[in-house]
Amino acid sequence: MENIIEIKNLVKKYGDFTAVNNVSFEVKKGEIFAFLGPNGAGKTTTIKMLTTLLHPTSGDIKIDGNDPRHNQNKVRESFGIVFQDPSLDDELTAYENMDMHGMLYGVKRKDRKERTEQLLKFVELWDRRDSLVKQFSGGMKRRLEIARGFMHKPKILFLDEPTIGLDPQTRNHIWSYLKKLNEEEGLTVFLTTHHMEEADKVSSRIAIIDHGNIISQGTPEELKSKTGKETLEEAFLALTGSSIREEQANSQDALRSQRRMWRGGR
Amino acid sequence: MIEIYTLWLRQVKRYLRSKSRIIGSLGQPILFLLALGYGFGPIFAKAGQGNYIQFLAPGVISMSILFTAVFSGIEIIWDRQFGFLKETLVAPVSRFKIMIGRTLGGATVAIFQGIIVLLISFLAGFRIYNWALFPLAFVFMALIALLFTALGTAIASVLQDMQGFQLIMNFLVMPLFFLSGSLFPPSGLPSALDTIIKLNPLAYGVDGLHGTLGQMSHLGLVTDFWVLGIFVLALIGIGSFLFSRIQV
Repeated sequence: MENIIEIKNLVKKYGDFTAVNNVSFEVKKGEIFAFLGPNGAGKTTTIKMLTTLLHPTSGDIKIDGNDPRHNQNKVRESFGIVFQDPSLDDELTAYENMDMHGMLYGVKRKDRKERTEQLLKFVELWDRRDSLVKQFSGGMKRRLEIARGFMHKPKILFLDEPTIGLDPQTRNHIWSYLKKLNEEEGLTVFLTTHHMEEADKVSSRIAIIDHGNIISQGTPEELKSKTGKETLEEAFLALTGSSIREEQANSQDALRSQRRMWRGGR
Repeated sequence: MIEIYTLWLRQVKRYLRSKSRIIGSLGQPILFLLALGYGFGPIFAKAGQGNYIQFLAPGVISMSILFTAVFSGIEIIWDRQFGFLKETLVAPVSRFKIMIGRTLGGATVAIFQGIIVLLISFLAGFRIYNWALFPLAFVFMALIALLFTALGTAIASVLQDMQGFQLIMNFLVMPLFFLSGSLFPPSGLPSALDTIIKLNPLAYGVDGLHGTLGQMSHLGLVTDFWVLGIFVLALIGIGSFLFSRIQV
């Protein structure tokens, strides 16, 4: 099976601090790939470099054969992304959010109409298509973002903590949507998560990053047997150590808490 | 082009749907028109300057355009983390188009606000001096709107969170308004104030509105137009540059 994402010797330095230190791995077409790591390990930085939001200090990235630095728009057309924080427009309806995404990605009007209906029905939000997104719960927003991310038929869907803060029923639905898209449309799924049991159940392969380095790669089974553990969570802790990571709150955290204050925790 | 239209449409829809924000933002202009307009009216007339409401209305219209425009730009800070902006930054659309779409949208919204305040000022007793020049008033409103939306965008592209916003409002936007010939005529002033007003692009916008809605402009409509025009182009340039360097 060919590689759809190839990363070689990827480095990202911020002055003296090395966030991503010579990272190399591949993601095969059509697989569900979990990118795991403790907080501050370099996951988000890596994903940002893959999704053209950040320039690497050095190293090579190929997304569906294209380099994000030289073929930025081609790379952007080939993936969809669901960020950790919602990036929907609250003051627009679900339908309008889908439509706007289509317009930004050059999807023709007829196709936009068809796909919006098809995808909203797929994530079971069609009957709420004319409701303003600000009335949606966290789970509904996440479902809408998945529908929206797939609107332009990308080959890869990046998901940063797709089930964070969601109840079990919604989490279950979300995994079933992702699996369906993966099985029926051949969508490659690249996700990060802290829910190890979920990563264990759905992913074909996993890479674990810590302190900017890939410390282990393989299928969930391989990681468990390598560390002699029964669950992925135990294997993860064995590989990354069980001490809590010190982190600094950044402006994103400040905005998140402001948001919780103003919006009442949705 | 459709991308620019998409972003423009989004700003307009958001505005039209937030009834409470529209009404809320009319509070200050109404207050200024009524309290200052009728309050200072007698003194202004006594000083031989005529009807204060006639003088004040263009200034208050400019004020609402200024505030709405800057705020549209500043919204980017929030949008960056939690809103549509992140989605647009990852889309196969150039940053420049995104910035232009947003700026046009924000400016359109600011012009709407200006028009609403104009209608309200009619209720307060303002009368258009020369209806032939009225269409030109829209040109000046548009220039003010574009200039300050671009400025808001430029500032927001550099700020990381909303803390800086307070500083900007109090130390930049308020002074720009107070020293623009909106509240008092820019003539016979101490040289320091005079210099600041001459350097303030809003002053040319206000003067332009005085010339097209009111009786006359101090500096001449042509001067006003060119100064504003140059500032608009410069700020769109600066704004696009800074916007293109946003890292989420």
